[in-house]
Amino acid sequence: MAPITTLAQPSAIPTLEVRRLHKSYGALEVLHGIDLAVATREMVFVLGRSGSGKSTMLRCCNRLEEPSSGDIFLEGQPITGKRVDLDGLRRRIGMVFQSFNLYPHLDTRRNVTLALRMVLKLGRDEADARAMAALERVGLAGKAASHPTELSGGQQQRVAIARAIAMEPAVMLFDEPTSALDPELVGDVLGVMRELKADGMTMLVVSHEMGFAREAADRIVFMADGRIVEEGPPEQLFTAARHEATRTFLSRHTRQ
Amino acid sequence: MTGFDRFLATFFNGEVIVRYLPSILQGVWVTIACSLLIVVFGVAAGVLLACVRAYRIAPLNVAIVVFADMMRALPPLVLILMVYFGLPNVGIMLSSFLVLFVILGLVLAAFTEEIVWAGLTAVDKGQWEAARSTGIGFTGTLLQVILPQALRMVIPPLTNRAIAITKMTALGTVIGVPDILNQATTAQSFSGNASPLTIAAIAYVILFLPLVVMSRWLEERFVRHRR
Repeated sequence: MAPITTLAQPSAIPTLEVRRLHKSYGALEVLHGIDLAVATREMVFVLGRSGSGKSTMLRCCNRLEEPSSGDIFLEGQPITGKRVDLDGLRRRIGMVFQSFNLYPHLDTRRNVTLALRMVLKLGRDEADARAMAALERVGLAGKAASHPTELSGGQQQRVAIARAIAMEPAVMLFDEPTSALDPELVGDVLGVMRELKADGMTMLVVSHEMGFAREAADRIVFMADGRIVEEGPPEQLFTAARHEATRTFLSRHTRQ
Repeated sequence: MTGFDRFLATFFNGEVIVRYLPSILQGVWVTIACSLLIVVFGVAAGVLLACVRAYRIAPLNVAIVVFADMMRALPPLVLILMVYFGLPNVGIMLSSFLVLFVILGLVLAAFTEEIVWAGLTAVDKGQWEAARSTGIGFTGTLLQVILPQALRMVIPPLTNRAIAITKMTALGTVIGVPDILNQATTAQSFSGNASPLTIAAIAYVILFLPLVVMSRWLEERFVRHRR
């Protein structure tokens, strides 16, 4: 269908690619065909009102939600379909949740080492070293022996980020990582995300942090009613959005 | 003789107590051995059944639920009598100790399954998602993330149920298990005096009161530590 000539530039394979993604709950379709590609080392923010389908879209990317139809590729490899090694692919897709979801029965270090040991089959020493390096990156090496309940929300979320990056994923998914945090704790988590970007991590972020999105994102995707309305560099969307819905949303959320 | 003297002579007769204490102590060991076996087998089997149920394989789940509901609905005494007096008719002879252990072990397994299952379903869905998102499989997540949290939650009710069911080892008396109560009733009929039953009651209190106190301690400790 698409003629070869439209490929103007040599197309590197995107790290994450979503094609014609549909998701329905019973008769209710919440995603009406999403197409999205995240290039290597790119940080893409997905903005939109609650209920616009952005979290559902993100959760389809590692199949915590099962897509109703459509394809998703990680570095060109399909992750949808019956025969894929889902656990094998998931280890390469890090995810950070709104509610942190740290394991409350394990201390900080073991929260990070669990998947290293069970999935990557690392020995104790190697897993510990890698966990400490990851905790160092989020500034919490000193809390390795603490239990999640002893940490602030911001610290818990940074441990959750360490748990994900310790697996050295190809891409990180962030599902409203700061929405459950007290305002004064948001900055620490955003700081960690900024450093990840500086280190070249590929990231797909669902968030309401408009200021951070404008400053840090390479590209912003605006969703409404289960569709991508428009996308582009932050400045273009914040100053010259083409669609009324985008302008209304961004102006309402940037006033503060 | 005053009423009080008669009461003492009936329930606290020193002579009778001295004579029958050794046989009742033998019963104590039988009760302890049977109780330990019931707890180890019942809890292990119940946890296993709850974990199997987590895989939601329809025919297995129906079997587990039917088993758990039947075992919890039927009075254990009915099961004990049916098995002990019924099975010999089809040529299966089991010792009274084995029948008591197996039936009460299965009853505890049924209750444990229900309690642990409730715990497994009470663990936040986000825990599953967090573990699965790092590539840990279903079984690994269940055993390393969900089950440890579920067990912590259900230790108090599980302890209570384990005590309630091990106390039922006294039912073994009716099929001739030489436990505390059996030894005491035998002594009571030989002596025509209720003092052996007093010793039995004291023995049960000494055995089970520490467990009851411990379960209260566990309960308070776990409620306090719940976030």
